[in-house]
Amino acid sequence: MKKSLIPILTVVAALVVIWYGAAVALNMPWAKDQAKRAGTEPGFSELVADTWSQDKPKLPAPHQVVVEIWNTTVVMVAKGRGLSKRSLIYHSWVTLSATGLGFLMGTVLGILLAVGIVYNRVMDMSVMPWVIASQTIPILAIAPMIIVVLNAVGISGLLPKAMISMYLSFFPVVVGMVKGLRSPGVMQLDQMKTWSATRGQQFWRLRLPSSMPYLFASLKVAMAASLVGAIVGELPTGAIAGLGARLLAGSYYGQTIQIWSALIMAAALAAVLVALIGVIQRVVLKRMGMA
Amino acid sequence: MGWIVFGFAAWLLGWRANVWLARLPKSRATSLAVPVIFGVTLVIIWECLVRGFDISPVLLPPPSVIALRFAASTSILWQDFVQTVLKGALSGYILGCGGAFLTAVVIDRFPFLQRGLLPVGNFVAALPIVGMAPILVMWFGFDWQSKAAVVVVMVFFPMLVNTVEGLQATDKMQRDLMRTYAAGYGKTLLKLRLPAAMPFIFNGLKISTTLALIGAIVAEFFGSPIKGMGFRISTSVGQLALDLVWAEIVVAAVVGSAFYGGVSLLEKAVTFWHPSQRG
Repeated sequence: MKKSLIPILTVVAALVVIWYGAAVALNMPWAKDQAKRAGTEPGFSELVADTWSQDKPKLPAPHQVVVEIWNTTVVMVAKGRGLSKRSLIYHSWVTLSATGLGFLMGTVLGILLAVGIVYNRVMDMSVMPWVIASQTIPILAIAPMIIVVLNAVGISGLLPKAMISMYLSFFPVVVGMVKGLRSPGVMQLDQMKTWSATRGQQFWRLRLPSSMPYLFASLKVAMAASLVGAIVGELPTGAIAGLGARLLAGSYYGQTIQIWSALIMAAALAAVLVALIGVIQRVVLKRMGMA
Repeated sequence: MGWIVFGFAAWLLGWRANVWLARLPKSRATSLAVPVIFGVTLVIIWECLVRGFDISPVLLPPPSVIALRFAASTSILWQDFVQTVLKGALSGYILGCGGAFLTAVVIDRFPFLQRGLLPVGNFVAALPIVGMAPILVMWFGFDWQSKAAVVVVMVFFPMLVNTVEGLQATDKMQRDLMRTYAAGYGKTLLKLRLPAAMPFIFNGLKISTTLALIGAIVAEFFGSPIKGMGFRISTSVGQLALDLVWAEIVVAAVVGSAFYGGVSLLEKAVTFWHPSQRG
């Protein structure tokens, strides 16, 4: 890890430099146009400074995004309005709650399906191909319909978004858990038989524990997918609340800085959630003596 | 009432048939028939329940109505298919995967870049990249170019990470053998490392198929010309023409499965030597 720290930092620094450069290139026409209208002939350095401080740039410079995030989180909290509708914390919380609920539902559904598939031959043969086929359907595409239809039946708010998250996150869990529950070898299964273990004991004492590494690997994928589902699920709700709504509102009104700050926030959220699962994984596997 | 009884009967029949089929010795025919029966049973139950409980077609149209609508509006569906799949998704897929592949080969030559880019690439691959869609639509306009750009961004990192991983899949012994043959970097890459990387590369290509479709469709929610699957879905939902929405979903599902299946077939042909493809 230590060995790769310098390369990672170099790459990140290079990306930031490229970002600044791209901001100059993309915002330059607008800056020149403005200068022409004002009838001034600014030097190159003034033009560059302008490209990094426009109100509605094509590509905001990194520090503009950072300032926007700072203003909509820490400053809002300092003012005591941390949960107002203009605060990014509020929108992140809306998205986070849908992500969490969808992730939980998806994980439970995924584990139940996996247990069924492992223990029931009919289910294995009939359900498994459809589970795989279900993911070739671009579910995000029908997210608007799901939201509208569920709204019409009277289900609104958190649940429709969570359902989309669930649909996206159950798949990695099913695939991982089926692999994990089948990972004990014939030798181990025979050993359980010689101890005259019941099917229940075989499941709780052998299959479930040995599936844990697979479960955590898929939980990470599922969490990332769940966040994407929640964000896309917020698009058709008419841009009321959530990071997805901020994206849509920003794109309607050309508020690029707002779009980018929502995007960075979503990225940070994803990173934190996945890292959280990583920590739980390390603790659990250590206590089980597997890592 | 009759519909519900019929649906119940269909469920029982399908279930019995599958239990019976699953007990037979496993063969190609049974492993194909069981999921097909399962799917057909589901569709019949759907049809019966919608008719039996008199569910409004605004909420959930029965499959027969969707099929009729599909047959009646093939020209619209074809137009949307060309706009979204051929122009948006496919061009973006080829550009993104091709670019990622070339980048991976370059990165592979420089261990420093590899150690730095791989964790960053892994991180970016887990991010909600669909969120880039509004920005890219703003940059590249409403037509298919912006959709292709979204697809490029979405497929790039999964493909990159998989290819880089694949290029490391050879072990020291094999590379040493190449050296004893006096094979240079280019020959080793072409004859040993790229073939060995193929299972990983195809993994990336398969993941990218669904991402490409999703990217192209979702990008249309942020602005598009008056054709395209995403455009049709979002406007038809507004008009409560859910049968047309479902027809688009059928197209998307068939295209998605065919795309994935096609890449899988190609994989089978190219990596016939790999243990996962044998037996």
